Amino acid sequence: MILATVGFYEEWWIQVLKAIVIFAVGLQLVPVVLLAERKLLGRFQSRYGPNRVGPYGALQPLADILKLLTKEQFRPTTSIGFLFAFAPVVSILTAVAAFALIPFGNVQHIFGKPVGLYGVDVSIGPLYLFAFGAIAFYGVMLGGWASGSKYSFLGAMRGAAQLISYEVSQGLALVGVIMTAQTLSLTGIVYAQQGMWFLVPQFFGFLIFLTASFAEINRAPFDLTEADAELVGGYNTEFGGGRFASYYFAEYLNVLVVSGIVTTVFLGGWLLPFGIHPPGWVDPFVVLFKMGLFTFFFIWIRATLPRLRYDQLMSFGWKVLLPLATLNALVTAVLVVVTH
Amino acid sequence: MATPPTPPQPKPPSTSTAGAAGPTAGATGPTASLNVTAWSPGDDVIVVKRTPAPGPARSTWRTFGETVRGLFTTLGRMREPVVTVQYPEEKTPVYPRFRGRHKLHKFEDTGLEKCVGCSLCAAACPADCIRVVAAENTPENRVSAGERYAAVYEINMSRCIFCGYCEVACPFDAITMGHDYELSDYSRSDLIFTKEMLLAEPLERTPLRNEGK
Repeated sequence: MILATVGFYEEWWIQVLKAIVIFAVGLQLVPVVLLAERKLLGRFQSRYGPNRVGPYGALQPLADILKLLTKEQFRPTTSIGFLFAFAPVVSILTAVAAFALIPFGNVQHIFGKPVGLYGVDVSIGPLYLFAFGAIAFYGVMLGGWASGSKYSFLGAMRGAAQLISYEVSQGLALVGVIMTAQTLSLTGIVYAQQGMWFLVPQFFGFLIFLTASFAEINRAPFDLTEADAELVGGYNTEFGGGRFASYYFAEYLNVLVVSGIVTTVFLGGWLLPFGIHPPGWVDPFVVLFKMGLFTFFFIWIRATLPRLRYDQLMSFGWKVLLPLATLNALVTAVLVVVTH
Repeated sequence: MATPPTPPQPKPPSTSTAGAAGPTAGATGPTASLNVTAWSPGDDVIVVKRTPAPGPARSTWRTFGETVRGLFTTLGRMREPVVTVQYPEEKTPVYPRFRGRHKLHKFEDTGLEKCVGCSLCAAACPADCIRVVAAENTPENRVSAGERYAAVYEINMSRCIFCGYCEVACPFDAITMGHDYELSDYSRSDLIFTKEMLLAEPLERTPLRNEGK
């Protein structure tokens, strides 16, 4: 078994091919998540969900996207043209960039060449993620500001405060894992879980990370940037057509990315429990299955919990989550020092 | 307690345990008015007993527990059957007395129309959507059982409010309300139903609900 090593790079053409394959797979997963969300939300509410387009409504995402893409590219007169067009691009770019980091498997020999089943294995994995998570917020902020609408701007400002509050806790929740694994590479973190998934020793870190992730990607119950009941649609109120489709796409890709990160960091990535070592081609499916579990959980939570009030969100982030995350990191640090 | 206390202003259900919390002269605190007998609020006071507010740890734990409980509540919905009625394929059954599209009737034995063109339905109609033009029956052209018959009988379904007054007004039970509620059309003129359309055996497109058992 070849250990995935940090800074292991294939030839350039393999990298290009790999990027295309991962991008294509990621793009195909988004409509699946979109459909799964609508179907599952329907089932959670004792209704069918979409079932008209195609068999069992399977072509509904296609119809949605076609509808959005054929719409007029409307722009309010008060908006700032360049930024208005640029903001959705930022959103989708950061989501795709973060997707590159998720390891789908170990290094495999494909046609005699070693190929890592991930976009790129950087030596600063979580930092890369948080960097792009922070840039993703510019998509929300610029979109809300450039719309020239008060509702959009309110949504964007909420997004700003929310992201700052929760990214800290999210980062601190990962610090425990990083200290235990002694590496910042995501494949390295997966390898560190060969004895036991970090879900068990880092259970509180897992809970904190998961909770903060909901806020980070603006999903219910922390979807205050959108808050359709009070802010019409939040930052994307003024967006329509393809630009809205970009935001929509980025939102669901973010769900996948966060599911992938949780899978990698806490659920042992492609590793299976009970010492099962399947052949290499099974690895991506293991990862996808685990990602599916978390995607289901994200949808489940959305169907269950009501949206938090804004001050509740803030006080929860700063008064509950941040102290808990700090405590978790502190206790882990002490334990790591003691046991090593 | 010589003077009865002024009737208390309507206020939200008090959280205090004091039954009669009227402003009394001797009352110095909420507990002092416990044994006021001058005025009894009767059953109007709801005594709310609250447990002490939980501390931060306990409330966090409780929130977590309630979240988990909520998660299983929604998950339980997945096992239940779906309540959606898939409309075009599956229709909500109507009750027998449902007032849908009108029907005009003929005598089953003679085949003559029941309508005698009296225009009482048109007079009763609050929406003014019925137009009746009567004509005399002749021995050669006998249409109805009475002296006259409706040469023109039109109901403008875009105006009809389905109140059923026409049915009540009719002395011969010539017009009744049917069960059909699928009356959409592409133009307003298509919604004016003529006598022939109303007399024709309607397509029973709506299922009838079983009443009782």
